[in-house]
Amino acid sequence: MEGLLSNVDWAEIGFASWDTLVMVGLSLAFSVLIGLPIGVLLFLTGKRQLLEQPAAYAVLSFVVNVLRSVPFIILLIVMIPFTVMLIGTSLGVAGAIPPLVAGGAPFFARLVETSLREVDRGIIEATQAMGATVRQIIFGALLPEALPGIIAGITVTAITLVSYAAMSGVIGGGGLGDLAIRFGYQRFQTDVMVITVALLVIFVQVLQMVGDRLVLYFSRK
Amino acid sequence: MIVFDQVQKSYQVGGRAIPALHPTDMTIETGEVFGIVGHSGAGKSTLVRLINLLEPPTGGRILIDGEDVVRYNPAQLRAFRRKVGMIFQHFNLLSSKTVADNIAFPMKLAGIYSKTEIRDRVDELLARVSLTDHATKYPSQLSGGQKQRVGIARALACRPTILLCDEATSALDPQTTQSVLKLLADINRELGLTIVLITHEMDVVRRVCDRVAVMDAGEVVEMGPVSDVFLHPKHPTTRDFVFESENIDGQELQEDLQKANGRILRLTFKGESTYQPLLGSVARQSGVDFSILSGRIDHIKDTPYGQLTLSLVGGDLDLAMQAFDAADVHVEVVR
Repeated sequence: MEGLLSNVDWAEIGFASWDTLVMVGLSLAFSVLIGLPIGVLLFLTGKRQLLEQPAAYAVLSFVVNVLRSVPFIILLIVMIPFTVMLIGTSLGVAGAIPPLVAGGAPFFARLVETSLREVDRGIIEATQAMGATVRQIIFGALLPEALPGIIAGITVTAITLVSYAAMSGVIGGGGLGDLAIRFGYQRFQTDVMVITVALLVIFVQVLQMVGDRLVLYFSRK
Repeated sequence: MIVFDQVQKSYQVGGRAIPALHPTDMTIETGEVFGIVGHSGAGKSTLVRLINLLEPPTGGRILIDGEDVVRYNPAQLRAFRRKVGMIFQHFNLLSSKTVADNIAFPMKLAGIYSKTEIRDRVDELLARVSLTDHATKYPSQLSGGQKQRVGIARALACRPTILLCDEATSALDPQTTQSVLKLLADINRELGLTIVLITHEMDVVRRVCDRVAVMDAGEVVEMGPVSDVFLHPKHPTTRDFVFESENIDGQELQEDLQKANGRILRLTFKGESTYQPLLGSVARQSGVDFSILSGRIDHIKDTPYGQLTLSLVGGDLDLAMQAFDAADVHVEVVR
């Protein structure tokens, strides 16, 4: 046992795990906070929807597509000056969060748009027929009806952010990915690599399980 | 009273205007059950959605109790819609809310009712549609008929003066249809609510409606009291609908009439005359022999009616016709 995992510094693993948790947690919170309204706007301004605005939709959709089509590893690098401007550093846990949000928010926005489109048009029509305002339709009918889909979207986004967070290790982002690159890859410490990957797998499994439970809990269909 | 004054609706499809409703004049009286019947795509869905402006018209005026609702600003429109309940073919209940919360929803949106008012009204409506025991269930736990009753309770929550029914029974089995129609008729009678009901089933019209408009290709082709339209259909589309609801095959009927001898008459009895032993006494008086080629005896809303197609041979035909006339029976000479 001693020989097999000789390079593993468990305290270091513990810190790195915590860093990953913080990065994923914070970037997920910001991604949801920013992505949700963008997703709602994408939906509302879309074709044959409540606030149909082809120009606004085109612009919004274009920005989202650009952010989503840039490979995350490139986004990490492109974002560096902006990150420094925003929080003073591009390193560590804090430095990883802006690029993570830039990758996560547009991704989540699309998932929100899709889950809102899944809501039966008849429900929107019925709510309109009751004399609801657009705001009431969004908060009273659309979002509650789409909640299971949105929770599933949060789960998928969280898992994507776990892998993005690991990738941010490349530019000195901290966390398990950083550990895997510095020790597992650059120093050929295979045991560190195995442990970090195993931890990431467990992390993703737990997220998926919790997400699925929540979706089930909120599904009334 | 709902008045359509040259109301029309067309959709822009690829730069071209496709008419969904040709300019239409129509008056729906306060407190009546008005049916709109037509095949799918005839424009009846559009017509009913024009009333609460879910579809804004592209021309004409829609007067509700004398006010042109087309000119309402958004706030006026929302206030107006609260006074127009609507129920749907697929119920359109919120799956994320319980039965009680679904019924309370329009009241909450209105923002003018207190918590206790809402609770009392919901309890009252749950009792009205016999769903008190299901208050805390979610729509997915209910049957189709129960869902539609929730829909009706929800539509009534803000005490509307008009109830729009969009194919409200089309997704229900015959027995459930019966009970939902009965509920609608009761509501109409007890609350004096104006009901506008669209359907593709003439049978629904026959059971609950006072007057009916028949639509075909974006046009109202026939309109009048249900008994007139139903018993003496003039437009081919109306005739199709009546035949369909009576399970009559038009072609077969013609062939049957070909085989019959003598004069063919169609007699229509309405109200009390339906129960009179008329045929026998006329036959004795005039000496004609008759055979019944087809016939039906049923109700239009609460009025009994009978319609018989007879072939008459021999005797004094004129005398027989006079006797039918005297008994207030409508006679139509088919051949």
